[in-house]
Amino acid sequence: MPRIGVFVCWCGSNIGGVLDCPAIAQEAASFPGVVFSTEYKYVCSDPGQKLIVDAIKEHRLERVVVASCSPRLHEETFRQVLRRSGLNPYFLEMANLREHCSWVHPDTPEQAQRKAVDLVRRAAAKAARLEPLFPGKIPVVRRCLVIGGGIAGIQTALDVADAGLEVLLVEREPTIGGNMVKLDKTFPTLDCSACISTPKMVAAAQHPNIKLYTYAQVEEITGYIGNFKARIRQKARFVDHAKCTGCGTCWTKCPVSVPDDFNLGLGERGAIHIPFPQAVPNKPVIDLAHCRRSTRGKCGACAKLCPAGAIDYEQKDEFIEAEVGAIVVATGYGLFPWEKVYGEYGYGRFPDVITGLMFERMVNASGPTSGKIQRPSSGKEPRTVVFIQCVGSRDEARGKEYCSRFCCMYTAKHAHQVLEKIPGSEVYVFYIDVRTFGKGYEEFYRRVQDEGAVYIRGRVSKVYQDGSKLIVKGADTLLGEQVEIAADMVVLATGAVPAAGAADVARMIGIPQDKDGFFQEAHPKLRPVETHTGGVFLAGTCQGPKDIPDTVSQASGAAAKVCGLLLKDELETNPLVSRVNEALCTGCLACQPVCPYRAIQPVTITERLPGQPPRERVVARVNEGLCQGCGACTVACRAGAIDLKGFTNKQLLAEVDALCL
Amino acid sequence: MSVNERDVGTTTEGAAWEPKIVAFLCNWCSYAGADLAGVSRVKYPANVRIIRVPCSSRVNPQFILRAFERGADGVLVAGCHPGDCHYVTGNYFTRRRLTLFKRLLEYVGFEPERLKVRWVSASEGQRFAETVKEMVDGIKHLGPQKRIARL
Repeated sequence: MPRIGVFVCWCGSNIGGVLDCPAIAQEAASFPGVVFSTEYKYVCSDPGQKLIVDAIKEHRLERVVVASCSPRLHEETFRQVLRRSGLNPYFLEMANLREHCSWVHPDTPEQAQRKAVDLVRRAAAKAARLEPLFPGKIPVVRRCLVIGGGIAGIQTALDVADAGLEVLLVEREPTIGGNMVKLDKTFPTLDCSACISTPKMVAAAQHPNIKLYTYAQVEEITGYIGNFKARIRQKARFVDHAKCTGCGTCWTKCPVSVPDDFNLGLGERGAIHIPFPQAVPNKPVIDLAHCRRSTRGKCGACAKLCPAGAIDYEQKDEFIEAEVGAIVVATGYGLFPWEKVYGEYGYGRFPDVITGLMFERMVNASGPTSGKIQRPSSGKEPRTVVFIQCVGSRDEARGKEYCSRFCCMYTAKHAHQVLEKIPGSEVYVFYIDVRTFGKGYEEFYRRVQDEGAVYIRGRVSKVYQDGSKLIVKGADTLLGEQVEIAADMVVLATGAVPAAGAADVARMIGIPQDKDGFFQEAHPKLRPVETHTGGVFLAGTCQGPKDIPDTVSQASGAAAKVCGLLLKDELETNPLVSRVNEALCTGCLACQPVCPYRAIQPVTITERLPGQPPRERVVARVNEGLCQGCGACTVACRAGAIDLKGFTNKQLLAEVDALCL
Repeated sequence: MSVNERDVGTTTEGAAWEPKIVAFLCNWCSYAGADLAGVSRVKYPANVRIIRVPCSSRVNPQFILRAFERGADGVLVAGCHPGDCHYVTGNYFTRRRLTLFKRLLEYVGFEPERLKVRWVSASEGQRFAETVKEMVDGIKHLGPQKRIARL
């Protein structure tokens, strides 16, 4: 039995005012293994800590029980005291006499006293069974993987790269830039989105520490914090980017014409194409599904015309294996599929009912209409434009319960752009509430109203085609009357949802999603860029809808976390992890599916028993870098072969016994 | 393991008898919730004795049986609310395992009310106090636990 010392703290009158601390200390002296027991006014104070240090030396203490406040408050403080005294810091056990006793039972001091003694007995029983624990050291790969090349991913990549660390930036589209680069002007300052985002795209592409993979996808992640392995699929572009000069001959001469996905179907592009003129990299890919050579077996115009001989129809997907120490997920958002549920807006049947993002492409000078606002049906300039807010957001019945946060502001900006570009036009905005939370947002909203935008509080009940007009019927709930507007164009403020494929990313990396499919942060307030998986961080709208300033802030926050992790030489691992007794393990692997961190893997060991030939068998092994120490596996183990360090079966049973005396 | 076989919970009689409840609280939610009850000075009966575990999924039904065997009158297991587990999915395992275990207790003729599984978040000090009160009242009504306890 190790030599245990017990230190009962008065915490001034917090504990001492209710409990008789000297009596507790006296009783504790009789517990098994306790060789020293004392009380002090404030054990956490400097003289209090010295008391422990001296007692450890004088009484050759091997385990320490501090009966004071919650271990959540001072466990680390007292562990440091043990470390200073040359003891293993995990030889400490605390009894919570303040939060769990004196503060909650001041009216029944006798019962509280009995409880306090029980709590100290429990702590002493556990202390007697504590084992020395040592945090492991694992090396760190000083390279960061950023998944998603939108503004969040670009910002994170730039910040991490500027700190001198290598970055792999992987984007599944042919260009980086994400949704932001599709936008025209940004609220509330009206600076053009391309003017502020394309320089960042170029900076990311040219940065010596950033390796850019566009038209590529991360397919597999294995490993753990500091030591991940990523498998990246570089999709075949059918254009050799090493040879291509980006001259543009091919995409201007391609005979195919298909709806342009970058412009959300508002314009057309060839099969060989670049998404937009400022794309990074500014080199094309061939969309094989529409390429005439692929669909009809003949054409080859691009290959004939390419002066660099860069076209390669036989190109295959390539795979890149990379080791990284940290992962930042920045997969962004998509638009709520409104066509599927909003029958009152025509299920997408009316060409002049468009989404906010389509409006952005339309009003963008580099967009399909060169910045001219026009009705998709006729190409004519609209005179009356109706904006409908909260399409998919704040609609529990058919859409999402949450607010998408940026729609109020982009609609205000759209209203401003219509009024500015089309003199004499009329703008109506149907809204539920207008949310202008950011810096300069409320001012901008007022300015748009002063410019003539009419805000109507209420929902639209129906939009239907009447000749060339769209009739919008709705309610003005402030005036309590029905409203009917003959509009030329209707713009829907479509809410944000997680980007397509977010669930696959979550599964691949092993991070949870919230009820709406956004990635779950480790703590909504205090750990907003971390996930529960060590070494995996979040940036931007993949964590929840947010506007550009918030996205960029979060991206820089994630970068700071990555630097904090990767600039260390080694990582200390949490020693409170599961361990498998291989002699007892039967290799049934019932523990494996229980582990939320995929920390348990089967391994084949060679067993040598006396008098028998060596034989191979499968046992479970815990990867200590991945294990977070929940202990769920220990209960799943039929053989009792898995135990959790720091919370062993033996310790917990001893605690139960001590409390039930 | 050195265990004192003295038994208190079931031997005292009449009005003096106070139930003894062992509570397994997860470190991240329920233990913090009990701490919050303290910080907010929410009073509750002193019958509960708390054991800290990292996650409610660490609680082996064996521990619960052991508590009853040693004379505990009630056992409380508390963890994060479903969906909020610090370890992502731990409390789902707790929920399934202990639902099954409770049915087993009932099947063998043990009062299932003596085992409670509750979700208490770190911000629910009041809820923790109410859970303890509710449990103490319920168990006072049931009387001392004698079925599993070694007498």
